[in-house]
Amino acid sequence: MLRDARLIAARDLRIEMRSKVATWQVLPFAFLSLILFAFAIGPDPTLLKQTSPGLFWLSLLFASVLGTQRSLSIEGDGATREATRLLGIDPAGIFLGKTIALLIELAALEIVLLGGVLVFFHTQVSNWPLLISSLILAPIGLASASVIYGSVTTGLRSTATLLPLLVLPVLAPLLIAGARCFSVATGSRGNSAEWLGILAVFAGIYVLLGIVLYGPLEES
Amino acid sequence: MDAAIALTSAVALVGRFPVLAGVDLAMPKGSVTTVLGANGAGKTSLLRLLAGLQRLDSGSARVLGVDLARPERSYRRRVGLLAHDPGLYEDLTPQENLDFALHAVRLPVTATLPSLMRCGISGRLLNTPVKHLSQGQRRRVGLAKLLARRPELWLLDEPHASLDATTRILVGELVEEAASGGAMVVTTSHEPEYSVPMADLVVTMGGGVVIASERGGRHAS
Repeated sequence: MLRDARLIAARDLRIEMRSKVATWQVLPFAFLSLILFAFAIGPDPTLLKQTSPGLFWLSLLFASVLGTQRSLSIEGDGATREATRLLGIDPAGIFLGKTIALLIELAALEIVLLGGVLVFFHTQVSNWPLLISSLILAPIGLASASVIYGSVTTGLRSTATLLPLLVLPVLAPLLIAGARCFSVATGSRGNSAEWLGILAVFAGIYVLLGIVLYGPLEES
Repeated sequence: MDAAIALTSAVALVGRFPVLAGVDLAMPKGSVTTVLGANGAGKTSLLRLLAGLQRLDSGSARVLGVDLARPERSYRRRVGLLAHDPGLYEDLTPQENLDFALHAVRLPVTATLPSLMRCGISGRLLNTPVKHLSQGQRRRVGLAKLLARRPELWLLDEPHASLDATTRILVGELVEEAASGGAMVVTTSHEPEYSVPMADLVVTMGGGVVIASERGGRHAS
């Protein structure tokens, strides 16, 4: 399984390095969303700082939908997916590989968005370990849930519109917990351990679900 | 000879429609079979069933000792399918596509370059992303992938389509080499002038069943 996961992750990242779709489309989209949110809120530094956790995570979630759709398109049309199935690759390995590749792209997104929040939203981080922990745990859940729901919509004509409808409600706990952790890490009071726990449980559940369900979903 | 492919009243449904409506077929190891028939006769569905991509709904199908009612994932590694669309990754080069396939089936990538060269993919084509290749060149990369993998069962869906005369001859050579080496080859075709001479058995399908079978040119020679 891990061998196949490494193979799939390397393939996805190689294709991304060559096509640069995430670099030139997904990253700018995420950054632009954040800036537009800032314009919509106005110049009040207090308000910007208060809203920055939610807007960071909203920008990340919206951009992650684009990143997921790109990740799905790498699998190609029906013929390419069938050719891949004929290689007898472990479906759990495919799931993990795609999740790892998406995770790496989300990490790049987080860095860009975090820079944007620190500069444009006048935010200062007071608890870096908490922030970094949440920025590691949340994308694991985000990437694994996105890959699972992406495989549900694969092959449907309405994939582009159906995927956000399916996956965004599912990601609501992650949005809330991620924003709370961000909020505490930037100076607000709250129980960060509880929110970190939610992120960890969410990630664990979706990684396990993906390992178990990805094969049957692909075959169906 | 023992039948390495044995189908008995094999039925496969897509929705409620029987794409295979009771196929009886037996093929020995090392044989080449060509399946003829009009569009919609069930030729491609038969190949997909043999590849383990189409579910068997009733009847029995044993291929390479595997019951296709419950095929294991490892069975697919023993099968190579060249479909109309060879199913390559558009952003990867031919060399990267073959390396990926060989890694996936746990074979050394040393076969990549010789296979591509044999199929006429050389020089700058080796490092050109597949999306920039012509239809015929893609088919040749698909052939090279089969050649590099050396599966036990070769399934070729209209292998002569979109190919020039030289590559059509190459297809015949590769099929003969595979069968001589003990592999089984099943091809579908709308061009009997190319496919019948290289086959031991010529099967004609219609309405999802086998309606005729006769000896082909390979057996005669």
